Amino acid sequence: MSRLRRWTLAALLGLAAVSVGAVAGPPVADQPEGLRQFDSKAQEQRYWDLLGQLRCLVCQNESLAASQADLAEDLRDEVYTQMVDKGKDNEAIIDYLVDRYGQFVLYQPPFEPLTYLLWTGPFLLLIIGFTVLAVVVRQRRRAAADDGLSDDERARVAELLETESDKDKGA
Amino acid sequence: MIPELGNVALALALCMALIQSVLPLAGAHRGIAPWMAVARPAALAQFGFVAAAFAALAYCFVTSDFSVAFVAENSNSALPVYYQLTAIWGGHEGSILLWTFVLTIWTSAVALFSRSLPAEFAARVLGVMGLISVGFLLFMLLTSNPFARLTPVPAEGADLNPLLQDIGMIMHPPTLYMGYVGMSVAFGFAIAALLGGRLDAAWARWSRPWITVAWIFLTCGVALGSWWAYYELGWGGWWFWDPVENASFMPWLTGTALIHSLAVTEKRGLFKSWTVLLAITAFSLSLLGTFLVRSGVLTSVHAFASDPSRGIYILTFLGIVVGGSLLLYAVRGPSTLGGSRFSTVSRETLLLANNVLLVVAMATILLGTLYPLVIDALGLGKLSVGPPYFNKVFVPIMSVLMVLLGFGNLSRWKQDSVPRLWHHLRFAAVGAAVLGLGTAAMLVSDWFTGKLLMVGLGLVLAAWVVITSVQSVWTQLSDKRSLAEGLRRLPAGTYGMALAHIGLAVTVVGITMTSAFNAEERLRMAPGDTATLSGYTFRFQGVDRVQGPNYQAARGSFIVTRDGDPVTVLHPEKRRYVSGGKPMTEAGIDARLSRDLYASLGQPMSGEDGGWSVRLYHKPMVRWIWLGGLLMAAGGVIALTDRRYRLARRQRSAPAASRHSAAPAGSG
Amino acid sequence: MRAKLWIPLAVFAAIVALLGVGLTMDPERVPSPLIGKPVPDFQLPTVGDPERTVGPADFKGRVFLLNVWASWCISCRHEHPVLVQAARNHDLTIVGLDYKDKRADALDWLEQRGDPYVVSAFDAKGKTGIDLGVYGVPETFVVDADGIIRHKFIGALSRDKLRQEVLPLVKKLRGSS
Repeated sequence: MSRLRRWTLAALLGLAAVSVGAVAGPPVADQPEGLRQFDSKAQEQRYWDLLGQLRCLVCQNESLAASQADLAEDLRDEVYTQMVDKGKDNEAIIDYLVDRYGQFVLYQPPFEPLTYLLWTGPFLLLIIGFTVLAVVVRQRRRAAADDGLSDDERARVAELLETESDKDKGA
Repeated sequence: MIPELGNVALALALCMALIQSVLPLAGAHRGIAPWMAVARPAALAQFGFVAAAFAALAYCFVTSDFSVAFVAENSNSALPVYYQLTAIWGGHEGSILLWTFVLTIWTSAVALFSRSLPAEFAARVLGVMGLISVGFLLFMLLTSNPFARLTPVPAEGADLNPLLQDIGMIMHPPTLYMGYVGMSVAFGFAIAALLGGRLDAAWARWSRPWITVAWIFLTCGVALGSWWAYYELGWGGWWFWDPVENASFMPWLTGTALIHSLAVTEKRGLFKSWTVLLAITAFSLSLLGTFLVRSGVLTSVHAFASDPSRGIYILTFLGIVVGGSLLLYAVRGPSTLGGSRFSTVSRETLLLANNVLLVVAMATILLGTLYPLVIDALGLGKLSVGPPYFNKVFVPIMSVLMVLLGFGNLSRWKQDSVPRLWHHLRFAAVGAAVLGLGTAAMLVSDWFTGKLLMVGLGLVLAAWVVITSVQSVWTQLSDKRSLAEGLRRLPAGTYGMALAHIGLAVTVVGITMTSAFNAEERLRMAPGDTATLSGYTFRFQGVDRVQGPNYQAARGSFIVTRDGDPVTVLHPEKRRYVSGGKPMTEAGIDARLSRDLYASLGQPMSGEDGGWSVRLYHKPMVRWIWLGGLLMAAGGVIALTDRRYRLARRQRSAPAASRHSAAPAGSG
Repeated sequence: MRAKLWIPLAVFAAIVALLGVGLTMDPERVPSPLIGKPVPDFQLPTVGDPERTVGPADFKGRVFLLNVWASWCISCRHEHPVLVQAARNHDLTIVGLDYKDKRADALDWLEQRGDPYVVSAFDAKGKTGIDLGVYGVPETFVVDADGIIRHKFIGALSRDKLRQEVLPLVKKLRGSS
């Protein structure tokens, strides 16, 4: 591809990028009255993020953030009380709920002996996968180097092939 | 009468399926041509009977025949006709009938388009697919008959679950099933190859279009599911790593790996054993998904009502089909020695890496989905594995894949070199880095959070894939002719590949942008109140009562403006269906490619002012997620139009003499 | 090396075995982390008399059942006769926890169906329920004389379950105290 074409392409892509930037501005919000009052926007964000990581126990697999169930509403209130009224951090709130409901309430399993295999599994699988890949590639590469001929024989073959093709061109 | 006819049709279909499987497979084993020839007509007859059964069930729904238990459970006379028909797959029994119907469609397609395949091979493929039909037809007749009667006959039906009364329900299951079930064709091809002891590049060439079509449907099916969940569930999420969602995503990942593996097997005769294993795995995952949704083993919003006897049947069937095929693979699997060579840096290696990453991703999702079950089964407690886990493990794997994708786009077969690749890719690398990080820097206001890194990574990877994909087309142009001429002469496969890869990048951009810049407000609003979100002003106009065909709704109005200019009016609803149940939320969405504006009603709040709890969202570029899916599917479609598949048709229409003397079309 | 071709079958066999076991289990059952721990203390007004309060401390020294119920709970209607009979015939101490209910409704319900409870605590907001890890009604805790929770039954108690599981456990706990 010529240099001019490359730079044209870059310019077009740059234009695309800028238009993306123009339409996706940073969020700004001021609300009339929140359903719950928070000390700051960051705290509100933390609240909803945490709820997204907790399981609604009476639902068919929904988070506390999404669920409309009664118990979910109660637990949302409880998390609010812990976070805003009592100023607890995420870890303390999680402990509070796990003490009462068990590990089941967490959508992110903790890293502990019971879940070592879960968290290291993907990594181990990758290692196994790439080891297999390395073995296969090495096999194929070794096969490439070894075609059973000596250097002399290889040279003779090349010569023969060349003379053969000359004959074809003639005919 | 009609339900009885439907039942009879199913029984006849079962007979046809038995004939379709037993005779041809035995015939292929013994070399008896007439037995093998039975496969085609039997398959078409089976299709006819299952179609008749399907039509009979449709008739029962449209005439609101509540003497049929399934109709009574899933329909209602007030239900609009198009939903009455959709209700066929709104419950377990009917959806199994749909599964079987789609299977007969695929089987008939194979029967009709397989004339260029050797008779023995075609007989085996149809025979294997027939066995699967037998399994599903037996399943229906023994445990899940859609035509089972109900006495006393209720005056009115229960109604289709309101969540399912939606266009998403009309499109998503059939499309998804076409994909799921389509994997059975690749499965059939794989088993036929193992049984016949013949596994070569020709086999790969025959299989490729079939797996591509199935993959296209599966891509659309998964994308449709995500889109539907997004606007239906009312809280703006588009993927939850729910077990049933995972059950559809795993075959997709395996199918993608299979497409790439087939490319190598077809072109270079390599990885044959692995490709066969992938084909078996893809379909096994489809069956596993069918099991998970209906057995009650895992909790999911998508699950059908579970019944232990059904779970046992499907598990047994799964065990026999997959266990049998993996046993066959272990015993008859081709040896991996011999075949072509390739160097460490080559397209073969990169495609192998692609397969490793996709299969590891699939295995990771399987691990996460089944882990709670393992822990519970061992009596070690009860765990949940949810989105936080899956996001954390999936994103890194996909990121590595996308990096390698760029290299793969420009790599050469058999022998390539790092200096050569770098020479061609350095522009793309720098361009992607500049574009991606530059855009991210412009968009992220606070550079010292992880957000810049996250957005930057997503955009850099997407830009990298797009640039290299365009390059992959560019570099194949021969300079001798004009640009237009050169573009016309490129094989469709090249365009298809580039478009599909670009589709992936588009999806990644959508995911990155919407995850990072999604804005949300949950507030109490009374009529006249306004709220601002990302520069948009939402003014709540209050709520009206409206009447739908089978529901009553409170319909809210939000006037949305930006800098004083009107943008749109959103109408979220809170519906109460005639058939009862919890009130349903319908979001009000203004959809654009650049962003979605989304409003949903919560509940009316206490106080005289008519206030409601509402949720407002601004979701930048969320549509890109599904647009990317469409582009991937489109890429597949374009790849299918490649000349070499048309070559097969040309050869078939050639005079009979040359047809018999020519080798099967694939080796041309 | 042909042995590696058997790996997929082996992996699959393991998965099928797992799923087979899974069919016998209930994915929605949430075991309680409170077993072996002291019952969370509370001091709630009673259903019968709002002025009077009651808590688990009042039952120290006795083995008792703590039954979480509500007048709006359908399953509780199946369980209630079993409890009434159990309280009468088997000398069981059953303490009730009326969960997120209305006092008038609760009293009506008890009047209609009988009152097996020594006393019922009134948990209007459900806060105590959260402390107990209640997620569905009815639930029944078996508490020993030292105030330690020894078992949690989820769902309605049937006559069989009462006979086969609850009574032996209570007997054992009483014997050891």
